[in-house]
Amino acid sequence: MHYGGKIIAGLVIFLALVSLPFWFNLGSAAYKQPQVELPKNEKNCIESKEYMRAHHMQLLNEWRDWALRDGERTYINSKGKEFTISLQKTCLRCHTSKEKFCDKCHQDAGVTPYCWDCHVPPKEAK
Amino acid sequence: MKQSRRNFLKFAGISAAGLCLTPAAGALASGKAHPIVNKAHLKAKRWAMVIDTRKLNTKEQIEKLADACHHWHNVPKIPTNQDIKWLWDASYSESFPEQENNHMAEELEERRFPLLCNHCEHPPCVRVCPTKATFQRADHIVAMDYHRCIGCRYCMAACPFGARSFNFMDPRLHLDMDNLNMKFPTRMRGVVEKCNFCVEKLAEGELPVCVTKSEGAIVFGDLTDPNSPVREVLRKDFTIRRKPELGTEPGVYYII
Ligand code: SF4
Ligand code: SF4
Repeated sequence: MHYGGKIIAGLVIFLALVSLPFWFNLGSAAYKQPQVELPKNEKNCIESKEYMRAHHMQLLNEWRDWALRDGERTYINSKGKEFTISLQKTCLRCHTSKEKFCDKCHQDAGVTPYCWDCHVPPKEAK
Repeated sequence: MKQSRRNFLKFAGISAAGLCLTPAAGALASGKAHPIVNKAHLKAKRWAMVIDTRKLNTKEQIEKLADACHHWHNVPKIPTNQDIKWLWDASYSESFPEQENNHMAEELEERRFPLLCNHCEHPPCVRVCPTKATFQRADHIVAMDYHRCIGCRYCMAACPFGARSFNFMDPRLHLDMDNLNMKFPTRMRGVVEKCNFCVEKLAEGELPVCVTKSEGAIVFGDLTDPNSPVREVLRKDFTIRRKPELGTEPGVYYII
């Protein structure tokens, strides 16, 4: 055990470094969920809020294959209601601001989906 | 409980089955949600187009159709050889190079011919696409899935009709962004695009843009249905197709 002192010192430095981010954030405000702007003229999304929050990306992925590859462009939701499968014609018709809705969470989560390289978002009111 | 090989396998099986179930359970809690084909969808076993070049043969006429098509599909006009085209015009010898004769009728030599993707029966573009971004639908429309296109341009090399265009730059730089068709997406840099026989219109029960705009010079219908409008005109008039010797079996016919 004649290296004991060095090992313990090393461990302490290592732990301090690893936990650095926690020390930095100590005392700063807790994470708040971003405040997204909800559609004004529509109460319900195509599926429940919780489902959309967690799964909208999977759903959009399924939508694109159904519409484009299988030619199935009508979505029957879990309650039996019909919707047109289209990002532009359905989703973005209610969510009229990409900045105040989509971007809010994407920026927080640090993700940059490239949907809008092709799909045209509604014009932002200046 | 005694650990035995038999027990182990039993539980391994159950947990494996559980693994298979998880994604499905995640997909939608109730599991009832599903897609269907639009009720109004126009269906066919093999879509085809017949263009009457006796009626439709000037640059202006074809440009009018191309403008309508390009506007609907947000196709940019780029004033260089990097332009994108879904529908364009060409001379007889450019359109039917191996069916050219000496001393042709002057009127024929002056005619312009509307060209577009032929939605071939045996499309070489589909055969070479490594990602299946370009694929043939059950109704024989050769469609593009821009999400999958990696821009390798094999399809451009394979298409003997020059029907495909490559987006060398962001097309939005050359689109009037205030005047986009919000019902159709644009493309991004680095993908190949072409005419899609207006699948998005057929899905809603409407005919392709150029067909509706052509004032009867273009007919569209199911080639396998003897009573369809395309078969009716094919019965009446002599037609040719582009480069038939290649065996791609184009779905676009020209009345000369
Ligand atoms: S015309 Fe060209 S792009 Fe169109 S289906 Fe035939 S080979 Fe493919
Ligand atoms: S069928 Fe549709 S996409 Fe093709 S040329 Fe005509 S209008 Fe354009």
